[in-house]
Amino acid sequence: MPTLEIDGQEVTVEDGLNVIQAAEQVGIEVPHYCYHPGLSISGNCRMCLVEIENIPKLQIGCNTRVADGMVVKTTSERAKHAQAAVLEFLLINHPIDCPICDQAGECKLQDYYMLYGAYKSEMQLEAKVQKGKVVDLGPEVVLDEERCILCARCTRFCDEITQTGELGIFERGDHSRISLFPGKQLDNPYSGNVVDVCPVGALTSKDFRFKARVWYLEKTPSTCTRCATGCNIDIYHRQGEIFRFRPRQNPDVNEYWMCDEGRHWYKSFQQDSRIPTPLVRDGSSFAVASWDGAGTAAAQAVRRTQDEYGAEAVAAIVGAKATNEEAFLLSRLLREQIGSTQTAGLAWSPADAFHDDFLIHADKNPNTHGLKSLGLLNGGGEAEAILSAAEQGQVKALFVLGADLVTAFGQERIERALGETRVILLDTDYNGTTEYADIVLPIAAAPETDGTCTNQAGRVQRLSQAFPPPGEAKAGWEALALLSTHLDGPDSVSITDVFGELTQSVPAFTGLTYGKIGLQGVPLAGAGSSADS
Amino acid sequence: MAENVLLRHEDVPDIHKLDVYLAHDGYVAARKALTTLKPEEVTALVKESNLRGRGGAGFPAGVKWGFLPKDSDKPVYLCCNADESEPGTFKDRAIIEKNTHILLEGILITCYAINAHMAYIYIRGEFAYGAKCLERALAEAYDQGLFGKDIFGTGFDLEVYVHRGAGAYICGEETGLIQSIEGKRAYPRIKPPFPAVYGLFGCPTIVNNVETLACVSSIIKNGPDWFRSIGPESGPGPKIYGVSGHVEQPGMFELPMGMPLREVIYDYAGGIKDGKQLKAVMPAGSSFPVLTPDEIDVHMDFDSMRAIGAFLGTAGIIVMDEDTCMVRALEIIDRFYHHESCGQCSPCREGTGWLHKLLVRLEEGNGKAEDIDLIDRICTNMMGNTVCVLADAAAMPTQSYLTKFRAEFVAHVTAGGCPLKKAAAQPEAA
Repeated sequence: MPTLEIDGQEVTVEDGLNVIQAAEQVGIEVPHYCYHPGLSISGNCRMCLVEIENIPKLQIGCNTRVADGMVVKTTSERAKHAQAAVLEFLLINHPIDCPICDQAGECKLQDYYMLYGAYKSEMQLEAKVQKGKVVDLGPEVVLDEERCILCARCTRFCDEITQTGELGIFERGDHSRISLFPGKQLDNPYSGNVVDVCPVGALTSKDFRFKARVWYLEKTPSTCTRCATGCNIDIYHRQGEIFRFRPRQNPDVNEYWMCDEGRHWYKSFQQDSRIPTPLVRDGSSFAVASWDGAGTAAAQAVRRTQDEYGAEAVAAIVGAKATNEEAFLLSRLLREQIGSTQTAGLAWSPADAFHDDFLIHADKNPNTHGLKSLGLLNGGGEAEAILSAAEQGQVKALFVLGADLVTAFGQERIERALGETRVILLDTDYNGTTEYADIVLPIAAAPETDGTCTNQAGRVQRLSQAFPPPGEAKAGWEALALLSTHLDGPDSVSITDVFGELTQSVPAFTGLTYGKIGLQGVPLAGAGSSADS
Repeated sequence: MAENVLLRHEDVPDIHKLDVYLAHDGYVAARKALTTLKPEEVTALVKESNLRGRGGAGFPAGVKWGFLPKDSDKPVYLCCNADESEPGTFKDRAIIEKNTHILLEGILITCYAINAHMAYIYIRGEFAYGAKCLERALAEAYDQGLFGKDIFGTGFDLEVYVHRGAGAYICGEETGLIQSIEGKRAYPRIKPPFPAVYGLFGCPTIVNNVETLACVSSIIKNGPDWFRSIGPESGPGPKIYGVSGHVEQPGMFELPMGMPLREVIYDYAGGIKDGKQLKAVMPAGSSFPVLTPDEIDVHMDFDSMRAIGAFLGTAGIIVMDEDTCMVRALEIIDRFYHHESCGQCSPCREGTGWLHKLLVRLEEGNGKAEDIDLIDRICTNMMGNTVCVLADAAAMPTQSYLTKFRAEFVAHVTAGGCPLKKAAAQPEAA
């Protein structure tokens, strides 16, 4: 643990850190472009030049390992002069087209210009090097060669992280440009990350560009629910509309990255198929209902079934996209308010779902591990057993939470199983299963709710509500709390309370609190084994 | 000096042929080294000789070899830097084409000293003929068992590959050269780690210039004392001076290190062409400061040159007479660096182009008075702040031109173009 001095502050840091990382620990930002903690050191931008006592030349912070007794000056006259000079070099051939650049507002050229800028243009526009504009690199990414500062983060990403090597630097000197190798397309499953790592407006996202100025967007830290990996993300949104997901750093899950599939997953939450209000079946169609009306109808249906066929005739199927809290509340409702043990988890994924050995998991559910911890999934086949029981007339009322049974089991099978069953459906969107429902309760999608999911490695991670659900929809846990009160059960007042109750009853969660999970998640006790609880 | 070492072809015709070379004590030094000396004894002799790197930096060769890690289990490589591309420099080319085996023998001895079993000769792509010479000489030497397996029956193996360059000045920067051999873009690497520790394919590597390696066999053959007796103690040995530009007899001259620059220009290169006056000399290729006529009484060795704020570099001497426009000359130099900057580091990538544009503007008569100080400021900001020294190589001559010939730059602004060009055009107009 070397102790060094940075801008007069003494700091003791882990061995092996570089000056940029060490400075960061005491809240000092050494300006940089090419350095990225997830990539190899390139040392080309020269923006992080700092003064180090007893070394005559300025040194680049990114390639300088901290040492005991080192005295670093990041803001000395010489260092600041060099940083300003580098920025001037970077800008002389830059088109300075911020007003029409999508990066504006999150551009390191802009940010550092405010700090170190010369505020004086030395290069006439016509004298600048002209390069390619709107260069199509692949399905996700567009390149503006003139804005590029050649930091080589994108080429390093493709060489080192995906190891697909689509991008290279071509030509020399101030004619250098990023380009595709002949015959290549930037179409690897992680290509969107190059837009994130690009510190300037050179690489922009085809999906996001020109949709919003970033300073109008809010950012909410959450977890991607596209698959069981649970990459940490930031949700960028405004007035209930999501504009993009970006990866949020978590060294134990996704480092700095996410896949393109996950990146596009935000669209799945804002389709026209969202269910706006509670619905109660009225013959062959649905009638709009109030939450109270729908809750009462659901309670009546359950109680009637219970009276006629016994408690075990009431069952529930919980999809593995439900949060731990939702799954817990529903299974508790059946157990304690109805007296039924028939709650089953369902983790269905398409058989041919794309997956790899990096971040893209074959299990396209965010919470399969969580359902296992809750005892709702063991070997699989639990949901199917309930459907079989329904076919044989043993299950007469069925809660379905966040699971499209028709997609998972096929129309025919569901027709046989649910044709005569009272179905109380809690979901976000209309789907094939909706037409078998008697009561539909619209719930919040992942970006609209708080709660937790447990990823494939057994790490409990939080979803955060970015904005309220649309229409009359309620967070899943709130909807289930309302059902509970209609069945004479307890109410739940907050997600932290629900989580607290969950930790009381599920051994794998013992000792955890909602707060403790924080923004980086925590591994469950015995994480890795799938047979907790 | 009695007989040329490096330019021995001037004394012995066809010395590039193996039979001729062998008939003139060829590979005697290599045999001596491999059969009677231990590798560390060879290194010690070279250290003792104080042979300093002829690529331009003047780093002691034996010391460089000593930087190889002693405890590494990785193979060691030797890279012979034959990417000679410094403007005004053509010494390595002569050795490669005309005295090929002295280079190969130097490589053999060096590889033995550093325990390398594989050597790459990275030859500038444009030297197609030189590459052929090397291939031919190597084939002859392989045939005679001078390379390959069990050389001189000592059990020492050595393979040598001729690798033709990828066509850029920066491939001559030692880590750019390594990258290029690896099949990558010749972006110089950040140092540390230095090649001696982490070089070619991540293994310990020594990169030496052609002329440096060509000196090695004579040190082994004649001893370090002999070598040190040639020229100054601080950097002795035979040296090729290449003179180009406005002289009567441009060419190469093998002389001891430390020759007075004036003597090289006036006695060996025949003085200034057509009896004109000397205006400026670039004594070290194009990458170092320019000298004025009153600065040429300097001795051409590493330390004497440093003492007057100049460099020996490659000792490629570019001579300019009184009619030379210094703005135009600098514009040509900076065009070169603009063209050759690899583009990796921001200050060099953007700075070289910026400098060139400003100089074109001055030369074309569109320059502004403040451009001169701007050029100077750009140079200051480029220097010392990049991965390799190409930025310095552009900035150093530029600043020296501004300092030493400032009046000409000012005249280009006030006259709205090149006064020399205008003067030359006047009689025709009249």
